[in-house]
Amino acid sequence: MKKRFSLRHALVLAKRNIIKVTRTPEQLIDVTLQPVIFLTLFLYVLGGAMSHGSPHTYLQFLVPGLIGQTIAMSSISIGQNMNADIEKGVFDRFRSLPIARSVPLVGAVLADFFRYVVLCVILVGFGYILGFRIATNPLDLLAALGLAICFALAFAWVSLFVGMTVRTSGAVQGVMFLLIFPLSFGSNAFAPTTTMPGWLQAFVNVNPMSHLVSAVRGLLLGGPVGAQVGWTFVWIVGMIAVFFPLALRGYIRRT
Amino acid sequence: MTDLAIEATGLIKTFGETKALAGVDLAARRGSVLAVLGPNGAGKTTAVRILATLLRADGGTARVNGFDVRKQPEKVRESIGLTGQFASVDDDLTGMQNLVMIGQLLDLPKRAARQRAAELLAWFDLAEAADRVAKKYSGGMRRRLDLAASLVGRPQVIFLDEPTTGLDPAKREDMWDVVRSLVSDGSTVLLTTQYLEEADALADEVTVIDHGRVIAHDTPHGLKRVVGGQRLTVRPANPAQHDELVAVLRAINGSSPADDGRGTLTVPVDGDDVLPDVVARLRAAGIAVEEFSLHLPSLDEVFFTLTGTRSRDHDEEALV
Repeated sequence: MKKRFSLRHALVLAKRNIIKVTRTPEQLIDVTLQPVIFLTLFLYVLGGAMSHGSPHTYLQFLVPGLIGQTIAMSSISIGQNMNADIEKGVFDRFRSLPIARSVPLVGAVLADFFRYVVLCVILVGFGYILGFRIATNPLDLLAALGLAICFALAFAWVSLFVGMTVRTSGAVQGVMFLLIFPLSFGSNAFAPTTTMPGWLQAFVNVNPMSHLVSAVRGLLLGGPVGAQVGWTFVWIVGMIAVFFPLALRGYIRRT
Repeated sequence: MTDLAIEATGLIKTFGETKALAGVDLAARRGSVLAVLGPNGAGKTTAVRILATLLRADGGTARVNGFDVRKQPEKVRESIGLTGQFASVDDDLTGMQNLVMIGQLLDLPKRAARQRAAELLAWFDLAEAADRVAKKYSGGMRRRLDLAASLVGRPQVIFLDEPTTGLDPAKREDMWDVVRSLVSDGSTVLLTTQYLEEADALADEVTVIDHGRVIAHDTPHGLKRVVGGQRLTVRPANPAQHDELVAVLRAINGSSPADDGRGTLTVPVDGDDVLPDVVARLRAAGIAVEEFSLHLPSLDEVFFTLTGTRSRDHDEEALV
């Protein structure tokens, strides 16, 4: 007989995670300072070369790309934190309570929602200060950020799976970087696909990050988005379908 | 429904090469206290983790509150409270937040969860520390908060894994009072301990385990009868009076006192009735003492009597 999953239980544990973040706000660096630094560096280091001396043109191209990359990077910490957290006694307590096994994991993912919102606000806000302007309307902006956050919530399960599988939290970061770097740089986030060699284009075109960035770019700057939004959702559902059970299995096995 | 709240038969658990449990039987009647006595690494914690559904046994069966730990773990979890050897509280949450969180996970409405939390914090003398983060608590406070957390749902069966290890004597007495009041409310308590004294003070029955095996099961009274009741330990102020002291102690009941080689003599006695007599004889013989104490046999002595070998701290197994 299995205990049915309860959203209320997950929200109780999401609250626990949010309280923990407020106790050590340094945990928010990856969703506050990091996007600011990335945007500044990419814009002023590459902007001139990328758009022949006109950083503004590159800024319009770059912000959607960075939304994709930084939101994926900000999901690293959930795997890291859970990897360290699970060793603590309080998880014995959770295991001895009549709650569904998945509750602590789902709670952590729900709490991460709030971090992703912070990231979106900071990145778009700082982009705006530097001169980024959306060409569509506020509803499309919300749709774009909502899509990116959904992507991050799905990607968080990959991070949790890695967090439940490798031994140390440092290793979680290592593995996740290994995954996120090819996904984000091997995509259309920073340069147009057409400038790349054919073999790389083949990878870029199926890369989930490219679908996400294309969809966000279309929603912010205009243009057809239907297919790209669709593909992004296919990846979101796929990641959850594969990595939710894997992460849960890893969690249950780890005692 | 059976009148046993805890019933385990032939529990086996192996970690790699180490056999943590090699067929352990445990039984506790409803409303009683069962003490599981043994040294570090004997398998006490492993047994508790299996009964609390945190660990799956490789063999044997166990029922808690009438439910099979393997087939009905959710029912077991609804019946139990667990306080581990290491406090299972969240360091970043306040005492209040910790208890409210557990209450809400047990489906208490927010208001009821807060009320229950306040009640427990007051009972465990933590009301003033309610809004401080657990990280700032002292060791004893964390233990109390941990125990409070395991009582939020008014569990019928409570597991206390070495609840007093590392506590000072006054705090230990407080913990004993808590255990007594839990039992008087009708709960069943299984506690693990390394102290015969603790088992004697609290338990209705004692199961002694070592190397994953049960080596004795009895009432505290029966166990003491086997291991010889109390011990009187005396050390003369003047080492030169060693032999005179031996003569005085031998006269109590005819048995030769054991010498620890550093001048301290220990002799089994039947009770504290002999004390005035011993004191009078010491005075008559003109022997001043530096140490004079009556105590129960140590775990080491219990093991020596039961198995003929010294118990060892199996440190390499202590964490399993």
